[in-house]
Amino acid sequence: MSLSLVLLVTMAVLYACGVYLLLEKSMTRVLLGFLLVGNATNLLILSMTGVAGGAPIADGDGAAATTDPLPQALGLTAIVITFGVSAFLLALIYRSWKLGRPDEVAVDEADVAVRTEGVPEEEIDGDTRAGDSEFADETGGADAVPGGADSDAPSPEEAPR
Amino acid sequence: MTSLVPLVVLIPMLGAAVTLTLAGRPRVQRLFAVTALSAVAVLGVVLLLIVDAQGTLVMEVGGWAAPFGIALVVDRLSALLVAVSAIVLLAVLLFSVGQGLADGHDETPVSIYYPSYLILAAGVFTAFSAGDLFNLYVGFEILLVASYVLITLGGSESRIRVGQTYIVVSLVSSMLFLSSIAMIYGATGTVNLAHVALRVAELPVGIQIVLHVMLLLGFGVKSAVFPLSFWLPDSYPTAPAPVTAVFAGLLTKVGVYAIIRTETLLFPGPELNPALLVVASLTMLVGILGAIAQTDLKRMLSFTLVSHMGYLIFGVGLGTAVGTAATIYYIVHHIVVQTTLFLATGLVERIGGTTSLRRLGGLLQASPLVAVLFFVPALNLGGIPPFSGFLGKLGLFQAGAEQGSVLAWVGIGVGALVSLLTLYALIRAWSLAFWRPRPAPVSSDTGALTLTAVDAQTTALPLTPSRPGPGSPATASDADASVPTRADARAAVAAHPDVQGRRRGAAPTLLVGATAGMVLVSLALTVGAGPLFELAERAGKSLEGPSYISSVFPDGVPGIGDGSATDGGSHG
Repeated sequence: MSLSLVLLVTMAVLYACGVYLLLEKSMTRVLLGFLLVGNATNLLILSMTGVAGGAPIADGDGAAATTDPLPQALGLTAIVITFGVSAFLLALIYRSWKLGRPDEVAVDEADVAVRTEGVPEEEIDGDTRAGDSEFADETGGADAVPGGADSDAPSPEEAPR
Repeated sequence: MTSLVPLVVLIPMLGAAVTLTLAGRPRVQRLFAVTALSAVAVLGVVLLLIVDAQGTLVMEVGGWAAPFGIALVVDRLSALLVAVSAIVLLAVLLFSVGQGLADGHDETPVSIYYPSYLILAAGVFTAFSAGDLFNLYVGFEILLVASYVLITLGGSESRIRVGQTYIVVSLVSSMLFLSSIAMIYGATGTVNLAHVALRVAELPVGIQIVLHVMLLLGFGVKSAVFPLSFWLPDSYPTAPAPVTAVFAGLLTKVGVYAIIRTETLLFPGPELNPALLVVASLTMLVGILGAIAQTDLKRMLSFTLVSHMGYLIFGVGLGTAVGTAATIYYIVHHIVVQTTLFLATGLVERIGGTTSLRRLGGLLQASPLVAVLFFVPALNLGGIPPFSGFLGKLGLFQAGAEQGSVLAWVGIGVGALVSLLTLYALIRAWSLAFWRPRPAPVSSDTGALTLTAVDAQTTALPLTPSRPGPGSPATASDADASVPTRADARAAVAAHPDVQGRRRGAAPTLLVGATAGMVLVSLALTVGAGPLFELAERAGKSLEGPSYISSVFPDGVPGIGDGSATDGGSHG
């Protein structure tokens, strides 16, 4: 089986960037990372076709000159699923923003509570304390309004690193 | 007979469509949802009887023959799991109907709940009856998308938070699975499970291991095996009680089902079995240690869920037919018992107003029935004879001893220890929630339970492993009063405004009925253990490569002259 070098390199770049973005704390970047990884996977499926040939349904060329149609069908299904899930994830991020939460993967508070139980206050690592985020200090007012921010509320800014 | 196979998927799918159009009429919607799942439950049992009598059913969708068309394959394992999950889904549906009736739908948007629940069911059944890898992927995606909706139900802040973690982790595992499908297609040129099994055996061992590991990574995330299990205890407890129950019972088991298929059919070689045994022991240990540290009932149960995934992986990792059979019995046992425990926890939450073990107490007097409904599955999960948990663990340990490798013996030791620790964690939880007197109320004039977080900080009992007695310092202020009577406890629970508003102290009949039904099913697993074990053994046999392949390709494989490629490579 021979592969297209362009497809292969593109796929590798997409995977690399996608995995990098998936590891970010900001949910929007995670979504972008997921889209990149999804497209990289579609390229992977596509490159499993082998050498590109004629359209599968066109008659007369014989099996050798025709592209394998199955990966295309699999790819289409995968694209549809990725699309649907991305839409849901976007809605989730929007809902999170409406609720006035920072755009990041939050710390599991119950987990922190178990871990810090009985530990003196000064020994608790500042980074892992529940609700301890620079963002919360900046827009603490948004949390006070139940039901979320209005459309003219300040858009959640990225926390400084 | 094969026309029954697609019905298990079609009925819940159509049910979902109908319930969605009936969004404005909750009464009819409930009726349709319950009818659809009852039909599937009956169908599942019928299918199990047919498959057990006649052998594997293969449905070629659209009439296209197997390697080219999409095949739905129901062998004994599939049929057994379809039947058990249909019963569990029905019981949980009844529980949520009861909850919706009692709570007046103010917490959960019910118009979305039933369609999503039915789609989840359709996804689970699709995955169990999938005869090719890509259909398995689609089944996973159907159930996952439905579970995304269910876990973020109502869109409250905490559910959005856990939903993000859960969804991103699930997406990554789906991408791993999809990539491994692409790689398997590249290596073998097919996605039909039986066909892949034939062709994979002809590949070099190195490539086989790469494909094998890729698949296991994807399934490992879904089934919450130790290094990949971190997401589960964070995300499950926040969902509504019935949703958590069905997730805990079924979703992880679909992952285990896929692992069993991978290990028995696609890659029956022993290369990765030692790794699986190591991972199994670690999963058991880490899970149960996490459970012991928890102070919340739902979180504790989620950790025991992770821990018990270890037993299942242990059985698969043994790589023997006996081990597979024991695993199948244990899956059935665990689906039922874990769901029952979460349903019982839902009842505890209703009558106690919380699931925090710091604040619960005295529930034995408030509701002895719920105490029994929690106690029986707790003993069962801990593996006390004569319950099915004991029989399942015994089967696994016997299979391990028979296999006899060092890792298997280590696994047996860890398994026995973890079983004791499970018992400890669950009985401690039971003692704290049911047996001890109610923690001292702050405002003694009303006697109401104080449930706000601030009060809990000041009045929480020190959470010691030993049960605080009536004379312990925390309850000293109550020492002059006698132990509260059942009526007192009920009154105290009912006096809380939150409880007063919609819970009325006692759990409605339908909720208790659904939970009691599940407890009875778990007891039936004990009573019927003999026939069930024999069924599991037969299921284990029909799982094996040659048997599965010959039922999908009764006339030999088109394009492959020699169908006996895997016959020499015996399972294990």
